[in-house]
Amino acid sequence: MPATSAIAPTTSVPDVLVLKNVSKSFHAGKRLIGALQAVSFAMQPGAVTGLIGPDGAGKTTLMRLVAGLLRPDDGEIQVLGIDVGKDPQSVQSSIGYMPQRFGLYEDLTVQENLDLYADLQGVIPRDRAKRYGELMRMTNLEAFRGRLAGRLSGGMKQKLGLACALVRSPRLILLDEPTVGVDPVSRRELWAIVYRLVENEGVSVLLSTAYLDEAQRCRDVVLMSEGRILHQGPPDSFSQPLAGRTFQMRVPGITRRTLMRELARRPEVVDAIIIGDDVRVVLDRASEAPKQVKGAFPDAVLEPVAPRFEDAFVDVLRSSKSESTQAPLVQPAAAVATGYAAIAKGVGVVTQAGGAVIEVKNLTKQFGSFYAVHDISFSVAPGKIFGLLGANGAGKSTTFRMLCGLLPISGGMLRVAGYDLRTARAVARSRVGYMSQKFSLYGNLSVMENLRFFASAYGLVRRKRSRRIDEIVREFGLESVADMNSGGLPLGFKQRLALAAALMHKPDILFLDEPTSGVDPLARRDFWHRINGLVDGGVTIMVTTHFMEEAEYCDELAIMAAGRILAMGTPAAIRHSAGTPAHPSPTMEDAFIHLIESSQRKVA
Amino acid sequence: MLPSMPVSARGRPRRLRGLIRKEFLQIIRDPSSIAIAFVMPVVLLLLFGYGVSLNAMHVPVAVVLEKPGPDGYGFAARLQGSAYFRTVMMATMQQAQQALMHRRVDGIVCLRSSFARDLTQPGGATIQVILNGVDANNARLVSGYVQNAWEGWASHRAAERGKPAPFSVHIEQRVWFNSQVRSRNFLVPGLIAVIMTLIGALLTALVVAREWERGTMEALLVTPVRLPELLLGKLIPYYILGMGGMTLSVLMAVFLFHVPLRGSVGFLFVASSLFLLAALGMGMLISTVTKNQFVAAQVAIITTFLPAFILSGFIFDISSMPRVIQIITHVLAARYFVSILHTIFLAGDVWPVLWPNALALAVMVMIFLGLTRRKSRKRLE
Repeated sequence: MPATSAIAPTTSVPDVLVLKNVSKSFHAGKRLIGALQAVSFAMQPGAVTGLIGPDGAGKTTLMRLVAGLLRPDDGEIQVLGIDVGKDPQSVQSSIGYMPQRFGLYEDLTVQENLDLYADLQGVIPRDRAKRYGELMRMTNLEAFRGRLAGRLSGGMKQKLGLACALVRSPRLILLDEPTVGVDPVSRRELWAIVYRLVENEGVSVLLSTAYLDEAQRCRDVVLMSEGRILHQGPPDSFSQPLAGRTFQMRVPGITRRTLMRELARRPEVVDAIIIGDDVRVVLDRASEAPKQVKGAFPDAVLEPVAPRFEDAFVDVLRSSKSESTQAPLVQPAAAVATGYAAIAKGVGVVTQAGGAVIEVKNLTKQFGSFYAVHDISFSVAPGKIFGLLGANGAGKSTTFRMLCGLLPISGGMLRVAGYDLRTARAVARSRVGYMSQKFSLYGNLSVMENLRFFASAYGLVRRKRSRRIDEIVREFGLESVADMNSGGLPLGFKQRLALAAALMHKPDILFLDEPTSGVDPLARRDFWHRINGLVDGGVTIMVTTHFMEEAEYCDELAIMAAGRILAMGTPAAIRHSAGTPAHPSPTMEDAFIHLIESSQRKVA
Repeated sequence: MLPSMPVSARGRPRRLRGLIRKEFLQIIRDPSSIAIAFVMPVVLLLLFGYGVSLNAMHVPVAVVLEKPGPDGYGFAARLQGSAYFRTVMMATMQQAQQALMHRRVDGIVCLRSSFARDLTQPGGATIQVILNGVDANNARLVSGYVQNAWEGWASHRAAERGKPAPFSVHIEQRVWFNSQVRSRNFLVPGLIAVIMTLIGALLTALVVAREWERGTMEALLVTPVRLPELLLGKLIPYYILGMGGMTLSVLMAVFLFHVPLRGSVGFLFVASSLFLLAALGMGMLISTVTKNQFVAAQVAIITTFLPAFILSGFIFDISSMPRVIQIITHVLAARYFVSILHTIFLAGDVWPVLWPNALALAVMVMIFLGLTRRKSRKRLE
């Protein structure tokens, strides 16, 4: 796709950053992995340019090449008029750079970190007090100057990292995923700082992110996937081609999950995801597409909605994937959905007196005087998806570990499938599947060996084992990678394999701990299609996430912060609760921020 | 666009000062650095100074007199009176052998029934000594002590009777340098080399690798800081820390363990600096190549700490090692430093020994620091 930089304002200032045909590959064992392939783009001065793409798209490699930390195999990079290849030190002396792990010394205080970077950047002592004052005001860290950086919250660390990179007000600043792992409130603050920099100091910012919704906040967006630039332009230029192709849809008498599955099978549908009580559909370019959908679902209510950046991303990615010769990462949605009910068929639905499969009452977990989880209660009905949504450190993982019996509880009561998993026999455990946040399979075993191991671990032997493995491999589309080392698989495949392993013993309750962090939107959709198939077969799902949009897939949702549940209910109800006359239809993120802020006000 | 802020003209000294100050703050706040630099030397010195001794003392020995008589008792009493032995009288050889088997004794001294008679014969008498050879070092010592005791007794006996001793050979034993034959005098100076290896190589390897692991190095690289400044910013603080540990060790050696310090303190300082720089270079080289704390620690222990312990001549004499191992010891900086330490502490300024060793250290400093400089890049690859 051609790079469109027609919007660049007319200015005499030279381009802050120009890449021409830059390629870079790495050796991984014997294989050569192309991280960047003939990447070219120019950055506008005095604006925020967003480098957007899923994990493994090559964003960090690109940042490091620009910072002179890596050498391109091919091509040329000009930063502020300097050739990086020829004179990396000059570039490193004149730009600001915040790596993904923000380069803070955790055993130094906020002030000492600032002093170090001021010394390194050659800021003369006379100018320091004023600059420190500005930075501290901007980042709201004035009160924490004497605190060790390691004792700051994730968001505050991120802001301090930014302050350190800005201590000399560079003309170009590179921020590598500054908003990753930061709660929505801090994320908003970070963006405010970035805007202020651009406006007040004329800094040019290159910012990479895996959050697609942040594209809207950039002046110019460079969309990357698998080492290539798919498209460059202002955010609107991405969604423009989608005008009139995005709808919110509901059909009376058909559940949203069934509707989504049916829609995903249709050729004219590019994307179908659940949003609240409706299904959001993106149709293909053909003008008769809406009619075709209407024809298939005569009762359907189709409301046109404004396209979002993610719609564009999925659209661009789908077309780029089908053009490429390699096997598609994602199976056609139709095949995905049908296989699933078959797996779930063998699963018996748990019925209990109370009708709940998971029951939690006044659950508390204390570490010393610190409450990681404080007096929470909820219950999950069979065949439902229950989501725990919250920022890092909200207590989601602790709750999860207690439910799985991995962590003793400090107070309260919990039951999973009628048992306390911590004391229950193996029978109870065999009804639960668990997929952890990190890739918990053996990276140096092949896909097949991993599956065989997990099958044995769950007590499957001989005929039974090989039959079950065959089933799983077929249904998860793992045939093509069966003999490959699982450590080297693309993230989407790894995640599919992890899910396959968790389902090996046909559990009727499935715990998913941040299952889709880092995977691209297509793989995420593929994943949720599978999950929906399982739910249709009667499996109960308990999931944690910090993706606001993922929360929409849940039947019921609990929003957690500081160990407490702030709100619980259907996603739609939670969104509506944050509505104000001025802002009638808030997004899930708006609702989340609203809840957090009002709970903080209560505390203060 | 605003003009860039003025940049200090005195960039280099300011950057270096900033890096050094950062390093010291980290050292002060990190208990493990303090532990390696100051607590570990004290523990090792106390352990080796008091706990570990290569002198055999109160070795349990069975004494069998096949035919009790005044001569036999006299010799046995001589053994008993020595601080090296704790004697157990046994009636029969079988009994004694049993005791040796069960490790109740470490050796047997047997006087045959013909002992008293043979004493007066021209051929002389024989003492049978059976030793537990499992601990070869101990066995050698015990055998020496028995001989010592025997000679002492014989000369004593001769003097008593006013007759010359019944041997033609008169052994004059003298121990050089370590006249009290205290192993502590030998161990404690050598230990200084081990301690400085720990601070120089292990600690430095860890802290540099930590910067790579935590991503702080990546942030430092994209600043005006130059590579030599980064290296000096690590070298200088840990040089000071290492010399601090060395001073502590020397003070403990002299004032707590009363090890003599016969050579010049100035040369000790120069040699220690050279060795420390070699160790620091080694540590930085390891962490530059591995960039991972765990691997760096493993490599540092295997390539610097263990050889300094085993192959440097600190505990085991290099000249009694197999030829191949002896050749290998030449690549170890600790070998030269241990040799210097032993000489300076116990013998004094013996320049023909000190200069070649110091020169070898200087060459190693150049090799390791040079390699580190060459292997370091302001890049991630």
